[in-house]
Amino acid sequence: MSASALSSHDGPPVDYLTNGTTIRSWLLTTDHKRIGILYMVSITFFYLIGATFAGLIRLELMTPKGDLFSSPDAYNTAFTMHGVVMIFFFLVPSIPAVLGNFLLPLMIGAKDLAFPKINLLSWYLYIIGGAMGLWIMASGGVDTGWTFYTPLSSLYSKTHVVGAACAVFVAGFSSILTGLNFLVTTHTMRAPGMTWYRIPLFVWSMYATSLIQVLGTPVLAISVVLVGLENFFGVGVFDPRLGGDPILFQHLFWFYSHPAVYIMVLPGFAVVSEVIPCFSRRPIFGYKFVALSSVAIAVFGFLVWGHHLFVSGQSMYAGAVFSILSFMVAIPSSIKVFNWTATMYKGSIRFDAPMLYCLAFIGLFMMGGVTGLMVASLAIDVHVHDTYFIISHFHYIMVGGTVSAYLGGIHFWWPKMTGRTYSEFWARLAAILDFVGFNLTFFPQYVLGYLGMPRRYFEYRPEFQVLNVLSTAGATVLAIGMVMPMVYLLLSLRGPKNAGPNPWGATGLEWHTDSPPTTFNFVEPVVVTCDPYLYSPEEAEREYEHAQHDVVA
Amino acid sequence: MSTPSTTLSPETGEQLLLHHFGDLEQQHLSSSLGMWFFLASEVMFFTGMIAAYAVYRALSPEAFHLASLHIDKWLGFFNTWVLLTSSWTMALAVRCTQVGDRRGILRYLLLTAVFGTAFLGVKAYEYGTKIEHHLFPGPHFVVPGSPRDVHATEEGAGDAAHASDYQKLRDASMVDGQLDVKEFANNLGRFQLMFVLYFFMTGIHAFHMIIGIVLILLFAVLTKLHWFSGYGQTQIEMLGLYWHFVDVVWVFLYPLLYLIE
Repeated sequence: MSASALSSHDGPPVDYLTNGTTIRSWLLTTDHKRIGILYMVSITFFYLIGATFAGLIRLELMTPKGDLFSSPDAYNTAFTMHGVVMIFFFLVPSIPAVLGNFLLPLMIGAKDLAFPKINLLSWYLYIIGGAMGLWIMASGGVDTGWTFYTPLSSLYSKTHVVGAACAVFVAGFSSILTGLNFLVTTHTMRAPGMTWYRIPLFVWSMYATSLIQVLGTPVLAISVVLVGLENFFGVGVFDPRLGGDPILFQHLFWFYSHPAVYIMVLPGFAVVSEVIPCFSRRPIFGYKFVALSSVAIAVFGFLVWGHHLFVSGQSMYAGAVFSILSFMVAIPSSIKVFNWTATMYKGSIRFDAPMLYCLAFIGLFMMGGVTGLMVASLAIDVHVHDTYFIISHFHYIMVGGTVSAYLGGIHFWWPKMTGRTYSEFWARLAAILDFVGFNLTFFPQYVLGYLGMPRRYFEYRPEFQVLNVLSTAGATVLAIGMVMPMVYLLLSLRGPKNAGPNPWGATGLEWHTDSPPTTFNFVEPVVVTCDPYLYSPEEAEREYEHAQHDVVA
Repeated sequence: MSTPSTTLSPETGEQLLLHHFGDLEQQHLSSSLGMWFFLASEVMFFTGMIAAYAVYRALSPEAFHLASLHIDKWLGFFNTWVLLTSSWTMALAVRCTQVGDRRGILRYLLLTAVFGTAFLGVKAYEYGTKIEHHLFPGPHFVVPGSPRDVHATEEGAGDAAHASDYQKLRDASMVDGQLDVKEFANNLGRFQLMFVLYFFMTGIHAFHMIIGIVLILLFAVLTKLHWFSGYGQTQIEMLGLYWHFVDVVWVFLYPLLYLIE
């Protein structure tokens, strides 16, 4: 082991991409950076599948009659597969497994995650779960909605519920192992001088995410196992005819799946907290508040699941308590938004592509968050429950929030991951198209939902058509905006490795090593002597004036 | 960058330190912290089942009580003793890794495996008797004394002390002298649910035991082969943590399932 570590110091340092180029060297790698890349390729694949289903759904909803899909059941399958693929195989692993894997050890000055082999195992588990998902898709799919509500999933659905439950179960273990690895690494692998209040906010958010992954995912696992058992043995854990209670499933499911929403969005906060200070050239405003609000969201996240059950026969008093607790999540969330905006105040802001994505994140996340408060209120939720309002709220957080942040993060760290720079013009254009397309797709859905269009129907009343057509048109723009990065980022790989160690002039340990980094990340031992985010707006202004001066001269 | 000689095994001179760690202390701390987080995750896994148990028991305490009477608490007691003893031998095995007693490690690991297997044997016997009495959930499940029960004896009917479970559940479902049909159906269902939970919870527990025993035997072989660097201090200690955890789970399952009075 140590012999190979030493040999890499002979001659010029080899970066992690060129250190072994065979397929085998990738599939058996324990390098956290390579595993991050493996995840990036595989989640992109699943993203494309999920997006195809989304496209089919939007096409179907162009007209009030059901004409694209042969039957309502086929439509049910399409939106279920969209949900299952996007949530379990794209959003949950997205930022943690790609950017987190790549960056977390770099950011705290470690050579690797604490358990490199378990890290590789988690990718294989993800692939096994994904393969099961694909197999189910190929053999007819599932039509229960991504929530697998009983008794539909246990008694009535004739589709592959057990298989889908297994796929989710296996993918869940991948998520648990990633979370576990991050928690331990953050605790034990920090470089000398990297105290808890010096670790980047990215790592704080990953830590909070990992806590939820480790403590929430097993509850989902046990609920899908119970559904599987019910299907397989015909015992009625959730079957009212056999003394079971379907509401119990909803409680167990949402006990995980509400925190899972924070698994998906906290990593978005992670990226934004890094990008905003860099492109504002200002230290983050209120570091400790931003750091600890992530942990607060993780803790509150476990106490609010009941707000999904306001109309499921939960007691009124429980509903009231869950409503108040849900409102409380807004406090740490808005601390973050206020601190990001306060960071930008009097900053020297540059509108590069990563910053555009992160600004989009703040706006869209706020829209999603405020409508979240609306649906957290009992009375409004009764009105908009199971309508397109909920769909739109969820997508504002998940796509407007997390996907924007994911793309922002990919653009920010692409030079670090590959050593190459991409076309800034196309990147900015894609960011703007994404923002416009996204709003055009989902804002009409808020209106539709408020007017009463229910979710999960493939026909609707003719007066809703104008808004639905707008939404489908927006989805087209969004699709173009999403495909563009794949083109120019891949094209950038043909260019030379000319990014340099620190193209954005960012602070943070990951920018102090080569791009792309060597296999063990740092050539010299790392010692941390200062706080993170030591940006100076005055210096940035001076540099800018110098640059102007040079141009004039 | 030379590696300090303190990270070499005193016995074989092997390198004990993995490449990405700074020193052995950090390496050991990472392993044990990882195991503790894993166990926290496992706790939540069992918590989901215990939540389901709590809900249904609160809804039908009588059905759970009656069902629990079919589960032999003395066999459960014996198994509790067996398992606690196995934890003791496991702790001794961990102790032997620290003092470097290879024969001791082997002895205590094998003893632990023997106790674990004994536990599973008793468990299998318990399952067998349940299945024989049609108490395995599913289409063949029969509530004792119900019209479907072919072994039901007529003589006990009417006598409160020897009334069948079916009769008792019926009595528990009376509201103001009238039979609440819906409640009766719920109670009958939850009598079966108790067995669903019994088989599921002890089954998952037994699954954890099987994994534990396989790992113990594997580690015993690896110790024999001198495969571990050193005496497997870290590895066997982590396995010990896992084994004690499985033991603690049983300490919760035993009163929940066997001791409802």
